[in-house]
Amino acid sequence: MKKTVTDFLLLENKQLNKDNFRLVLQSPQPVSDLFPGQFINVEIKEASEIFLRRPFSILDVNYNQHTISLLVKILGRGSKKLTETIAGQTINAIFPLGKSFTLPDKSDRILLIGGGSGVAPMLFLAKICGLDPANVTVLIGARSVSDHIDVSAYQQFGQFFFATEDGSLGEKGYVTNHSVFSGELNQFSKIYTCGPDLMMKAIGRKAIEKNIFCEVSLENMMACGFGVCLCCVEDTKTGHKCVCTDGPVFNVNDLKW
Amino acid sequence: MVNLGIKIHELDFKNPVLTASGTCGFGEEIADFIDLSLLGGIVVKGTTLKHREGNAYPRMAETPSGMLNAVGLQNKGVDNFITNIYPRIKDLNTNIIVNVNGSTIEDYVALTERLNELDKIPAIELNISCPNVKEGGMAFGISCPSAEAVVRAVRKVYSKTLIVKLSPNVTNIADIAKAVEGQGADSVSLINTLLAMAVNAETRKPVLSTITGGLSGPAIKPIALRMVWQVYNAVKIPVIGMGGIMNATDAIEFMIAGASAVQVGTALFIDPTIPVQIIDGISAYMERHKMQSVNELIGSLQC
Repeated sequence: MKKTVTDFLLLENKQLNKDNFRLVLQSPQPVSDLFPGQFINVEIKEASEIFLRRPFSILDVNYNQHTISLLVKILGRGSKKLTETIAGQTINAIFPLGKSFTLPDKSDRILLIGGGSGVAPMLFLAKICGLDPANVTVLIGARSVSDHIDVSAYQQFGQFFFATEDGSLGEKGYVTNHSVFSGELNQFSKIYTCGPDLMMKAIGRKAIEKNIFCEVSLENMMACGFGVCLCCVEDTKTGHKCVCTDGPVFNVNDLKW
Repeated sequence: MVNLGIKIHELDFKNPVLTASGTCGFGEEIADFIDLSLLGGIVVKGTTLKHREGNAYPRMAETPSGMLNAVGLQNKGVDNFITNIYPRIKDLNTNIIVNVNGSTIEDYVALTERLNELDKIPAIELNISCPNVKEGGMAFGISCPSAEAVVRAVRKVYSKTLIVKLSPNVTNIADIAKAVEGQGADSVSLINTLLAMAVNAETRKPVLSTITGGLSGPAIKPIALRMVWQVYNAVKIPVIGMGGIMNATDAIEFMIAGASAVQVGTALFIDPTIPVQIIDGISAYMERHKMQSVNELIGSLQC
């Protein structure tokens, strides 16, 4: 699918909890070939103090209705402004950008770990990976149940576990200390993760130690999103790589983790 | 039908809108978005003799009406350009201009000699104004004797159109422009980014790994316009203007101030289709003002 600058129609803007919103955007063209881990770079309108677009990973796609769902967490002025857009307005975005996670093989047993707004591509991956739900384990971490988003629509696609720092949902503590990790990690043939850097690093190291395939999704600050500004580089084992075009998904073995 | 064609030295451009170095890769990166052959020219990513990894992350900071970058000329070197990139872009049907960088005069000369051999590279843009490298770069562009020395040396080995990209981080940019004109530069392009910085108040740390970086975007447009006007009045060679151009009106303002052509840079990060919108916008403006040739715009400022 060619990259384009597209005016999307905002069909829905739903507040999921205090800081998280789900935006459903309709594209005038089909949105084929859009996979978990890829992202779109959204223009923030009528905000003179915001100069650059804001990248968001894809939460879900409805290929028939040409819609893309985004999970938007308020982190600063740009994301806040975006959550103030109302249904019926247009949202301009460049898409599709970046490389997706490697889709699992039929024989794989996979572990997906999402932290914070990093749950978005994990839910999308659980939904479209095509595996028997018994072979899909999804672990979601949040600070508290009030930061957690409702994932009931996705629970048919795998076995879900939760961790919250205050113990208000699932196990108490960081997601990286969840009992999933004290069990036999080698039961999983592929691990995928998206979330805060420290979380992904801890998971990546466990995967490296056990020699399990592991992909992580980075979110280095970028200006363009399509490989021309060279600002979002990650210092990998083979030199500086653009997170926007060489990633955002990287195999942990390629990173200096 | 309006005539958008302009000339820089002996080189014809189908229109005065070029993409700026470091903002469009080698052109290919934005080929999904626009037909590259519509452009007046493409100034490709800053190239050095040897591979450069560039500066450490973070390299970017968003600022009011603009951004800072501190990429530091990350590129794979001229051999990679000639072997892998040039064959893919040489027939794009637009002027492909290579932005040339070095740490020493010898580097600039050796790199220029390699590029002089390439039939489909009709011009180079000699970058003596990059603020993000420790040695060379801007150091050459901030004094008349060093700017003269590098242009003199490169002119001896380069027979095609030689554009010199000037730094705004100087006391009097017109003096530098005159100095490089005196050594045989065919054109000057300006402005490169302004040396600037950003601080994170919470952590009390600089935002960029290099502490300082180059400011671009609409924030610098009034400064760039002033400098283009000063240089236009000081030299006889054509001026290529850039600095915060986001739309056709911005581009037209630069041409009125004296630019024969313009480069669009940071705007591409926001919307890579902007150069084509600018070309269309200039045409519409000319029709509205009953101009036949875009040359009527150049330096038409009524003071």
